[in-house]
Amino acid sequence: MGSGDGTSAASATRNDVWVVVEQHDGTAAEVSLELLGRARELADRLGVGTGAVVAGAGAPVRALAPALIARGADTVYLADHDDLGDYLALPYTRLVAGLIRQHQPQIVLYGATTTGRDLAPRVASALRTGLTADCTDLRIGDFSAKGETYADLLFQIRPAFGGNIIATIVSPEHRPQMATVREGVMVMPEADESRAGAVVTVPVERSSAPVAPADRIVFTEPDFAVRLVKRVQEEKRVDLKGARVVVSGGVGVGSREGFALVEKLARTLGGVVGASRAAVDAGWVGHEHQVGQTGTTVRPKLYVACGISGSVQHRAGMDQSARILAINSDPGAPIFSVAHYGIVGDLHKVIPLLIQAYRTKA
Amino acid sequence: MPQLRIVVLVKQVPDTANVTGDAMKEDGTVNRAALPAVFNPEDLNALEEALRLKDRHGGRVTVVTMGPPAAVQVLRESLYRGADEVILLTDNAFAGADTLATSYALALAVRKLGGCDLVLCGRQAIDGDTAQVGPQTAEKLGYPQITCVSRIDELVAPAGSTDGVITATRSIEGGFETLSSSLPCLITVTGEANEPRPASVKLVMTYKGIAAEAMPEYDDTYLDPESDVAEVCMLGRDGQPVCRARVVQWDHLALAADREALGLRGSPTRVKEIESVVLAQSEARMVEPDEAGVAALVHELIEEHILG
Repeated sequence: MGSGDGTSAASATRNDVWVVVEQHDGTAAEVSLELLGRARELADRLGVGTGAVVAGAGAPVRALAPALIARGADTVYLADHDDLGDYLALPYTRLVAGLIRQHQPQIVLYGATTTGRDLAPRVASALRTGLTADCTDLRIGDFSAKGETYADLLFQIRPAFGGNIIATIVSPEHRPQMATVREGVMVMPEADESRAGAVVTVPVERSSAPVAPADRIVFTEPDFAVRLVKRVQEEKRVDLKGARVVVSGGVGVGSREGFALVEKLARTLGGVVGASRAAVDAGWVGHEHQVGQTGTTVRPKLYVACGISGSVQHRAGMDQSARILAINSDPGAPIFSVAHYGIVGDLHKVIPLLIQAYRTKA
Repeated sequence: MPQLRIVVLVKQVPDTANVTGDAMKEDGTVNRAALPAVFNPEDLNALEEALRLKDRHGGRVTVVTMGPPAAVQVLRESLYRGADEVILLTDNAFAGADTLATSYALALAVRKLGGCDLVLCGRQAIDGDTAQVGPQTAEKLGYPQITCVSRIDELVAPAGSTDGVITATRSIEGGFETLSSSLPCLITVTGEANEPRPASVKLVMTYKGIAAEAMPEYDDTYLDPESDVAEVCMLGRDGQPVCRARVVQWDHLALAADREALGLRGSPTRVKEIESVVLAQSEARMVEPDEAGVAALVHELIEEHILG
């Protein structure tokens, strides 16, 4: 930046809605693409543009820009530098905070992944601005307090207090307004290959000087205090997100043996096994099966909840399913409030009936 | 390095895992008084990591909490497990702090302690689940961070040198990564890391009932066994040791804090609205738990192509 062109470009995109895109080997994280869809909606409501920040090293990250434009980005800020090949908190904070200072977006969104939850708070602290974690919804609206009205704020909506309340958080006087959002909460936008957008190449330098200048993005030695020793990706064994049918068990299943019945129903229906946090904590099933705010968010055609009472966190991860069948011995269980079909009864008797009925009909 | 210095940041939280009916007031707000206050679980894991590092390398473990005066209880529990020194940050000026204002106060406390080699804290607290205070405190201190750590692999802290290195493994989506950092460094720890040790009966007897005492000037000479003021315990009337002046209490003046950056005033975020989770009237179609009811349901799901 610094040239006349750069300055005018920056002012035209001021107040945009940004998504900090997470990418691995040239593939954008799904949550980042989902966020571009919501960023587009928020920006249209506000009458501004959208920006996507993406960083990495080499050709794969450069090739990503058209896909981000197709999903809704008007401007892609592309930082390609050898020092950005692997995500590390310090250099990425310097990059993202530096870009925000230069371009002054009004909203910045991050995926609530381990990366987003590592990066966003550090950026928020560097910029002394607000941040809300793990939002389940984002809207635009007005806020009044102490005789002041703030128009068109970002409503950052999230469960809190162990899921017993839903809080709407605003950041009235600090910019940008920032939030992290879990994967699967926002709807993935369709790719529109005909969309037009601009790609801004972000100049990044590495300097041996001890202190970085404020107006450019310059990495210095202290930014590399942490080094990646190794990263191991295990093959994803459970594809909850892509499943047509999810059969989940909760604390009402009662035992590891009882959980085998849940697994049998899942197998019979051609579905995938899910679980509530309580069942995972009890050790009946692995964490990779967990559905809910701190697990995976699913939208199958059919969700069968067996012995799950239905905490807010669990419901946040499954209430968008096309059909929900709840089986619970307690007629007052909250899960029935989101279910389309309810069976009050002992799941150890009801599940075998379901298996038998499906086998004879199908 | 002369002596390994570890600061553990902990929080007293309402026990959100055991919310009962009377925990919510009629207006939909949370009745904190109805919930038992507990040591935030992952902070206990962070304390355990600190104590294990001390067991292996020697050094000093200082525990810091910010909260109301009653939060002294988590500091007592830290002493019961083996912490050397505990600090309570309490002041009305801290009230209403969001994560940014909280990290500001915590970072000032670490600075007042003269900095340290390692800051350890839980990944997140069960009342907010934000996981933000760790990284924000690291940024304010200018320390690097490794978050979401399930295992500390190695600490190399050569005596008399400033070139310490810590190596730790963190969980990431579908795998894990191992990072190494120069010291000082801030690490947030998950519940997977360890099984926290129970309180020691001997230490409980020593520190039971210990109260906080305002000590605006930081003075750690009482920690030195050779020092005259090391004798912090005296015998009570019942012959049991009674301690004094071991919970150091600091307010915003002791931290020399900027009032504008503290508490509600220093918090960019505001709660616009809180809804208690009132469940909508059940719209579920109830199915009889018998063969005929279940068969009719399965038939319908197949007809509607919900089931293949």
